Amino acid sequence: MKIRRTTHPDALVSILKQALSPDRVRNDAAERSLFSNDASIFKGGASGPVCFPVSTAEVQAITRIALDHGRAIVPRGAGTGLSGGAIPLGEPIVVSTMKMNKILEVDLVHRIAWVEPGVVNLDLTKTLMPLGFHFAPDPSSQQSCTIGGNVANNSGGPHCLAYGVTSQHVVALDVVLPNGELVHLGGLDAEPEGYDLRGAYVGGEGTLGIATRIAVRLTPNPQAVQTLLLAFNSVEDAANTVSAVIASGIVPAAMEVMDQLITQAVENYVNAGYPTDAAAVLLAEVDGLSSGVAINAERIAAIGREHGAVSVRVASNDEERARLWKGRKTAFGAVAQIAPAYYLHDTVVPRSQLAGVLRRVYEIGAEYHLTIVNVFHAGDGNLHPLILFDPRENGVLERVHAAASDIVEVSLSVGGVLSGEHGIGIEKRDHMELMFSFDDLDHQRRLRSAFDPLCRSNPGKVLPSPHSCADIQSLSRIPEGVWG
Amino acid sequence: MSDPTLAAFCDLVGSHDPVAVAGGKTRFGLGGSLREGTRLVSAPEGILRHLPEEMTVQVRAGTSVRDLHEALAEKGQRTALPERGGSVGGALAVGENDLHVLGRGRVRESLLQVRYVSADGRLVSGGGPTVKNVTGFDIPRLMVGSLGTLGLIAEVMVRTNPIPPRSIWLTARDVDPFAVRDSLVAASAVLFDGRGTYVQLEGQVGDVVAEQALLATLGRFEEVAGPPPLPLHRWSLTPAQLSDEVCMAGAGDFVASIGVGTVFASLPQPRATVSPALIALTERVKTAFDPTGRLSPGRDVLQGRP
Ligand SMILES: Cc1cc2nc3c(=O)[nH]c(=O)nc-3n(C[C@H](O)[C@H](O)[C@H](O)COP(=O)(O)OP(=O)(O)OC[C@H]3O[C@@H](n4cnc5c(N)ncnc54)[C@H](O)[C@@H]3O)c2cc1C
Repeated sequence: MKIRRTTHPDALVSILKQALSPDRVRNDAAERSLFSNDASIFKGGASGPVCFPVSTAEVQAITRIALDHGRAIVPRGAGTGLSGGAIPLGEPIVVSTMKMNKILEVDLVHRIAWVEPGVVNLDLTKTLMPLGFHFAPDPSSQQSCTIGGNVANNSGGPHCLAYGVTSQHVVALDVVLPNGELVHLGGLDAEPEGYDLRGAYVGGEGTLGIATRIAVRLTPNPQAVQTLLLAFNSVEDAANTVSAVIASGIVPAAMEVMDQLITQAVENYVNAGYPTDAAAVLLAEVDGLSSGVAINAERIAAIGREHGAVSVRVASNDEERARLWKGRKTAFGAVAQIAPAYYLHDTVVPRSQLAGVLRRVYEIGAEYHLTIVNVFHAGDGNLHPLILFDPRENGVLERVHAAASDIVEVSLSVGGVLSGEHGIGIEKRDHMELMFSFDDLDHQRRLRSAFDPLCRSNPGKVLPSPHSCADIQSLSRIPEGVWG
Repeated sequence: MSDPTLAAFCDLVGSHDPVAVAGGKTRFGLGGSLREGTRLVSAPEGILRHLPEEMTVQVRAGTSVRDLHEALAEKGQRTALPERGGSVGGALAVGENDLHVLGRGRVRESLLQVRYVSADGRLVSGGGPTVKNVTGFDIPRLMVGSLGTLGLIAEVMVRTNPIPPRSIWLTARDVDPFAVRDSLVAASAVLFDGRGTYVQLEGQVGDVVAEQALLATLGRFEEVAGPPPLPLHRWSLTPAQLSDEVCMAGAGDFVASIGVGTVFASLPQPRATVSPALIALTERVKTAFDPTGRLSPGRDVLQGRP
């Protein structure tokens, strides 16, 4: 049985304003349209009132008001998500964490920091660096994405190869459940009792409630670091080097591959010192204690040469290392020079399959008359094909989506998965059945409904119908526009 | 369902009566004893596929951790699972970390993909076979430490990692174990029993030598064969609580894992109370996965209920 009270939008806004403060609830068309998108190419979002709480208590108040008035809520960090996770469907209340951006406590004894969810990833690391620590997950968007967004998407980054993705760096958190209750998940003790609900929450893409306080692990800065740049005559050689390095028992801090088109674009853009005549470059970093670092750097260079590296350069100082990384981290920005728009894909394949899958990715591009460039976290088999296009071209989006679907199919056919770090959101929701059976999805729904029985938090994401709970509100009319 | 072994395990578990898995029975009493009349079943055994270049191994839950590690060692790898006479499924269902957790990683992070039999006797799969994956909700995290109360684990894909070239144990008296922990990078374990500090160093030979030299500046360390004997009970404290007499009171004889917070103690840990909101959420999870309460009945993952 469902009793839905309908409240006039203006009444809802004034109730929210009373609970927060008038200046922290926005309902003008401009603001709502700004919060209807994220960094993905998906359109069709429709935001209700946008709230800017400053405390856990305010988040609870918003959640209770939403519940009372039959509205859903959508948590939102910086909106840099690429799978449409923060796109509001059906005019929910958008809860922006923008004003919850304080680092509450740095606790060196436990090697953790308590932060509010709106803290920007890079700001946290900048605060920790002088103390000898950093926050290990380093998404390429780290200058703007938030810790809350990282937690919700279980985000990764180049250095997650050795250090693990966000889940491994979240020790405990406070979550406002969609019923307004506050729960504390995980703990600073060695083995918190009960189910690992902390682990189950991370990666929930905003559908399991709103994280309002997060204890993240601090990673000590390494004593020694070496960064190598290897150039190859083919993308396959670079990919095979990556899988040979892992097979040899080395776990580098990072191993990133870029193909020729993207390398040239980057070189034009920031002058990182990359060889523009190479078919692919591999950026590899090893860190730790100096002896192991030296040994592993030499072994990587040797393995590279065995697999056809035409040149191997070792960064001779911090400045050179920073320049090499700047190239990698600005790769997406550099693409603007070669195409007006791109669709950034994200799948994972077993490392040993990288070379073959990449070959297929380029073929798929050719089949659809689309240029595809590749810059990716090769070390853990995480592909990021960028499908370039010009949005002014009629019908081009259909071709982009068809190529993207083919890449998903190729990845799954070799034992891969749908997403390595960007999440499912609305982007890959309808691909979930390719990877999971009906019963598998049913159990994911059970997990979701334990946190959110009434389906109030970010409805319409992650799980495809009939496992989703998108029956609420006006959601049914959204999907048409979504692939806009 | 293509795998006849898994299909047979599903049939064995069935869908009606109270049922639980017996593994090595090394931690069988955890969470409370099973309700009388609970039928015990064994999970299937066998190592299916070790892929050293992917750093993964696919293994059936009934396999013993020791057999698994013996097979992995042939290719120079191991897992984070503790080796103490139990099965792979048991180690994951319990979720307790190995003594060497600083070097080998946490058990809860080692599970990549899980196939389990649900309360209604169906085979369900969660997670994925690759080392990196954010596809859908993180069912594997929920299964680790769930004591067989949400599903009965049949087969898993577990992360492997390289066995370091060198591994040694050292001990010294009259040193500050916290200073030891803070100054080391390659320590896989730092233990303190109230008198002596025990350190396990693992890594490249040169790194171990360098750390050993560093230790020499803190005290007179001597090489020993292994860790001290561990008392029976297991406490979970925060790393800071280890230096707090009030928190450690009542432990009896102990061996504390510095930087981790685990305490092996001769007496059981007094339980802290759990919040009503967490209890309610825990119960909703349990009910969602096992509506009739037939999986491992009598066991409670929350011992600290008021
Ligand atoms: C140029 C570029 C490069 C990128 N590179 C990487 C990369 O290397 N690795 C990677 O993993 N990702 C990458 N991303 C994707 C994106 O930056 C990450 O997913 C990031 O973690 C999202 O953070 P955000 O603050 O922008 O979250 P948003 O986009 O605002 O939200 C993302 C999801 O999190 C939820 N959410 C946000 N805050 C909370 C909260 N407090 N509680 C509960 N749910 C919440 C939202 O509802 C939504 O579902 C990249 C994006 C861009 C544009």
